Amino acid sequence: MDNAAKEKIKAIVGNKNFTDSQEDRICYSYDGTAVLHHLPEAIVFPETDEQISKIMKLANEAPFNVVPRGAGTGLSGGSIPVENSLVVVMTRWNRILEIDTKNLTVTVEPGVTTANLQSEVEKYGLFYPPDPGSLTVCTIGGNVANNSGGLRGLKYGVTKNYVLGTELILPNGDLLKTGGKNVKDVAGYNLKDFIVGSEGTIGIITKILLKLIPLPTESITLLAYFDKLTDSAQAVSDIISAHIVPCMMEFLDNTTINCVEDYTHIGLPKNSEAILLIEVDGKGSAVQEDAETVKNIMKKNRASFIRVAASISEANILKTARRSAFSALARKRPTTILEDATVPRSELPAMIEKVTEAARKFDVTFGDFGHAGDGNLHPTCLTDERDKNELDRAHKAFDFIFNEAIKLGGTITGEHGTGLAKKHFLEMVAGIPGVEMMKKIKSAIDENNILNPGKIFTISPKCEGSLPFKREQIKDFHL
Amino acid sequence: MSEKINLLVLQKILPNDDILSQCIHCGMCLATCPTYELTKLERSSPRGRIRLINALAKSEIELTDTFVYEMNFCLDCQACETACPAGVKYGSMVEAAREVISESEYGASFSNKFKKFLLRNILASQPKLKFVSKLLFIYQSFGIKKFLHSIGFFKLLSPKLGEVDKLSPEVSKTFSSNIFQERIKPKGEIKYKIAFLTGCLMDVMFAEINKDTVDVLTLCNCEVINPKNQVCCGSLHAHNGDIETAIKLAKKNVDEFGKFDYDFLVSNSAGCGAFMKEYGHVLQNDFNYSEKAKLFSEKVKDITEFLSDILPEITFHNVEGSFTYHDACHLAHTQKVTNQPRKVLNSIPGIELNNLEESTWCCGSAGIYNIVHYDDSMKMLERKMENIRKTNSSTVLTGNPGCISQIKYGAKKFNVNVEVFHPVTIIKRALLNSNKK
Repeated sequence: MDNAAKEKIKAIVGNKNFTDSQEDRICYSYDGTAVLHHLPEAIVFPETDEQISKIMKLANEAPFNVVPRGAGTGLSGGSIPVENSLVVVMTRWNRILEIDTKNLTVTVEPGVTTANLQSEVEKYGLFYPPDPGSLTVCTIGGNVANNSGGLRGLKYGVTKNYVLGTELILPNGDLLKTGGKNVKDVAGYNLKDFIVGSEGTIGIITKILLKLIPLPTESITLLAYFDKLTDSAQAVSDIISAHIVPCMMEFLDNTTINCVEDYTHIGLPKNSEAILLIEVDGKGSAVQEDAETVKNIMKKNRASFIRVAASISEANILKTARRSAFSALARKRPTTILEDATVPRSELPAMIEKVTEAARKFDVTFGDFGHAGDGNLHPTCLTDERDKNELDRAHKAFDFIFNEAIKLGGTITGEHGTGLAKKHFLEMVAGIPGVEMMKKIKSAIDENNILNPGKIFTISPKCEGSLPFKREQIKDFHL
Repeated sequence: MSEKINLLVLQKILPNDDILSQCIHCGMCLATCPTYELTKLERSSPRGRIRLINALAKSEIELTDTFVYEMNFCLDCQACETACPAGVKYGSMVEAAREVISESEYGASFSNKFKKFLLRNILASQPKLKFVSKLLFIYQSFGIKKFLHSIGFFKLLSPKLGEVDKLSPEVSKTFSSNIFQERIKPKGEIKYKIAFLTGCLMDVMFAEINKDTVDVLTLCNCEVINPKNQVCCGSLHAHNGDIETAIKLAKKNVDEFGKFDYDFLVSNSAGCGAFMKEYGHVLQNDFNYSEKAKLFSEKVKDITEFLSDILPEITFHNVEGSFTYHDACHLAHTQKVTNQPRKVLNSIPGIELNNLEESTWCCGSAGIYNIVHYDDSMKMLERKMENIRKTNSSTVLTGNPGCISQIKYGAKKFNVNVEVFHPVTIIKRALLNSNKK
């Protein structure tokens, strides 16, 4: 990016909303993803749709790449800059524009944090269920772009189940409006759902319309301790077979339990091989009945202890502790590579076994936790990026895990997105025709490939760091 | 320049890059950072600052105006440490960066030199502090302050100076260290021997709170030991990048308190307690002091922490009123003391303790932050005062002198009708069965 381009950008957003200082470039070179980073050329904080539109048009002419960014908590590198890029930060777009209590919808700007949105709609007795682990920090815009999940996915689904419409600026500068407040709407292709999970490669989202549901009135949260990992996995299967749908069913292995306990000091059992955090919610006596059934299933599967949260605040403490799991694992080693291989839930016990096997086979340490109820595991490799040999073994272990997940009918990512970190595995899941279709759509919308290029599938421009790497580099690679 | 910084200063404090690598930049700290909340800029966040310190240590950047600004813009409230599941020691990194700044040409500016002079020569010396405080007392009490404000003297110099002058706490008539005997015995049998840090500013500006603390302790059957040669704890020095003086003061206190046999060392100031708990860490590589300092730190307790431990032995009388409690940063985030003060206060009959939203969010006092970053500090104070207003309480309690002054100032500035006290003042009332103010 040359000075002339920078001057033009400044003219669009104003000097105060532009920076290319070395300090700011460093501070926008990363997100929540391990190992990957790249310096952008400049950063802008646009204030209006028009400014974003003009930036897009300029990017096609200049040219330079445009990388949208929310709070930067992503775990697949979706908001990490690429070569010659301008980072567009949306965190100041943090207004809730309308809470419509007649249609049960909320209209927000993309920079509103998920937790803030939830607490505002709860004041009206309404509920926005998706709750990614970083909900106090991450933005709705990022959630929509990555189709984020969370702890409550099992019963309430993920972000895509709540998006009714979006407004976004396309790479050619046009404003696209998708969806609306209609419960039913089949006019043309379903563009609104296509935008969800497009990882900032199709447009920069400037407005979001979300569906809300009535806030459940009762909930019971309990924690079951297991001496054996396999017992906990069986308990999960039994609950699903008993036709109970808890709103949350979270699994933590021994390594994770220890790290979380060291951070929270809430009395988690450091000797247990696994714990399950389960919440049932709803209305009236059914909640209590479900909780009893859950308890019985836990006991039948040799749970050594069942702790029932005595109050909402205790339940919140337990859930907050679970949300800290990924970062707490960094207590053991400085680099934590978190993946989210996901399998059909009946295959969860097999997948947990495969993670253990990967750790043994490649001599690396894993902390394993995740959303047991929906088969979305978060095997996290505890390593140190300064040890290149170990990092290489970690990559091989992940390759093994991804392969095994796919053999079990699973996928490479349940809720974090493909981004930079997993794009080399995409063909394994989507197949060649799938990836080809994605590329065609992208090039039809973004002719000059200026918007978040190199993410999901394109190969160039390349990003710094040792991830992602080519499959051919791995010995004994097999599908 | 940066090469020199890297080798000489930063590495001295951050012995290897483990401490810098520990941050996995997950961003969980962002939501708790008052400065990030103000600017929404990554460099004003703990994650961004760590990345910048890392870049400086690796000579990727020079020491620049922006770097210096961001390190000083940080309140050092350490809310991010509470929020960090990975256990990153952010506070010590920022303090190290501040030392780098203070050693560099940036430290040579007039205001920095003046700050250093105050810290090294006034706060660190009890007689000099008392002398300056006497002058301040004369200024505050004989109409000079009122007169200068009435003729608009400060506005002539700088519009903010007048506000800053109002922010500074009133000097106490009598300094607490002038009243206290070295050993103060309770009326009855001695159950605990408690060493007490009179502190520097606590002694001259908040003598009443010190008196209340000693009274509470003796009413709870404690002998209070008050070593007459004790010095300032050094926390303000450490937070402002003068670790050398902080270490000198720490050693002196380890020696002076070491002359007495006591069960616990009690502090009524969150900042002092927090730093004395760190002595063991600060002096860990000092051959002569490491063991002694470790033992010293293990005995340090905040007054509410101590009272909470001996709660079954205390009988409280009725105290009517609606109260709320603000968590001082260095109590909540550095010492992780949040439940104990609430537990003690809730066990006083008659007290209605209202929940304060965002009670652990910094009030903006932060040492001398409210003076050097007046505008930013006021934005944080306004947020705090609005939360206090919502509780409909008549009294705010908080365990740190800086917070007390700040919230008192905020009550006037933002027109919130509350009184502000240290919890010990109310605890003393409850012990004496007197609801008189």
